[in-house]
Amino acid sequence: MELHVRPLLQIQTLHKRFHDVEVLKGVNLEVREREVVSIIGSSGSGKTTLLRCVNLLEEFDSGQILLDGESIGYRIGGDRRRRLSDRALSRQRSMTGMVFQSFNLFPHLTAAGNIMLGLRKVRRLPKDEARSIAEKWLGRVGLSQRADHYPSQLSGGQQQRVAIARALAMNPKLVLLDEITSALDPELVQEVLLTVKSLAEEGSTLLIVTHEMRFARDVSHRVVFMEQGQIAEQGPPAEIFGNPKSPRLAEFLRSARS
Amino acid sequence: MGYTLNFAVIWANLDKLLSGLALGLGLALGAVAMGTVIGLIGGFASVGPSKLGRRIAGAYVTVIRNLPILVIVLLAYFALPEYGIRLDKVQSFVASLAIYAGAYLTEVFRAGLVSVPKGVVEAGRAIGLTRFQISLYVVMPIMLRNALPALGSTFISLFKDTSIAAAIAIPELTFQARKINVESFRVVETWIVASGLYIATCLVIAAGLRSLERRFPKF
Repeated sequence: MELHVRPLLQIQTLHKRFHDVEVLKGVNLEVREREVVSIIGSSGSGKTTLLRCVNLLEEFDSGQILLDGESIGYRIGGDRRRRLSDRALSRQRSMTGMVFQSFNLFPHLTAAGNIMLGLRKVRRLPKDEARSIAEKWLGRVGLSQRADHYPSQLSGGQQQRVAIARALAMNPKLVLLDEITSALDPELVQEVLLTVKSLAEEGSTLLIVTHEMRFARDVSHRVVFMEQGQIAEQGPPAEIFGNPKSPRLAEFLRSARS
Repeated sequence: MGYTLNFAVIWANLDKLLSGLALGLGLALGAVAMGTVIGLIGGFASVGPSKLGRRIAGAYVTVIRNLPILVIVLLAYFALPEYGIRLDKVQSFVASLAIYAGAYLTEVFRAGLVSVPKGVVEAGRAIGLTRFQISLYVVMPIMLRNALPALGSTFISLFKDTSIAAAIAIPELTFQARKINVESFRVVETWIVASGLYIATCLVIAAGLRSLERRFPKF
């Protein structure tokens, strides 16, 4: 008996252009529930743009994105597509969590306050419930003692862990991680990667854009190599890193190592 | 013979000066409250998506900032009644000062808004806040914190500008001082005391604003 599980995320022939530069040229990608997928590729290959389309921070020109079967960003009827209303977009965005390269914590709120804002205003939880969820998640990322610190009082690594807790506390179906260690000092990278690893082990569905090849190899079920707005190759990490098929991937891996 | 200082008349009339000072503070407070509302609307409009909104905000700032405050006050007080808009002295002055302040505060808030990092707004969108919620809970607090020093100096300027109200016979501090001066001929004493009151009040406002600034987290 074969069990057909619908993928959590389905990206179908996605096209996106900035003015006359085509950044995404028909990307197809599926992510199943509890799967960890890393996207690698040189800068300008479109991987960050792809992530931003999934979280509706960018509009896209054609193709569609389905999250849990629901069309994201656009209503498609016949051959017409219309951008959804601001309110509908906000609701859909809350189904995915996003962690950014530059943390983007709210500077006027404490660590707990950063996590509570979405819980209070989007999920409309009462204050004490939001607070206890925030404390739970700060504990999960190892920052219980920092709940009432402001971002400016935290190190880069701690800020990024708060940002991870902020995204996860909303209980998203899918978490997008956009080069989350690129802005960190080398000695702070590990604490953030360990945090992500523990999320992966507990069954969160993660779509990761990263330059950390070793991390991609350790944490992912599948690695996707993007090149010039298209997926050039994908497979289990052992194959991608151990036995690259396309010369471009081999070239990329060589230059990433040096 | 030099001029001999004698403050007796001034002390005898101190209650008038103080009531003038209180009235001036009241005028400034009213203008600040209304001007802040105007400035917020203008500030958001000047960085907003609507081209018309940006144009209107720009034109408003340009016109008002190139008019002397005294002219605005006289225009409102003497010209508006010709069009059937009758305001009493205080109303007309507070409205004038608010419109004047609104132009400066539009610029202050615009600068504050521009200084809000784009990534922080995206983070708000990413957790599912609506556009309005982001403005209210993310952009406004950051903008106000960034704008606080500029806001403080605008508020102090506004308080000093209430002396213009003397021109339309509102009995604030400058008006009272001039009256005492005329009645007592103690020119030097009157203006020394009036100046001292202005300086002291401004210092108190500035200290209050600084302590307010300290209560906000640094970022």
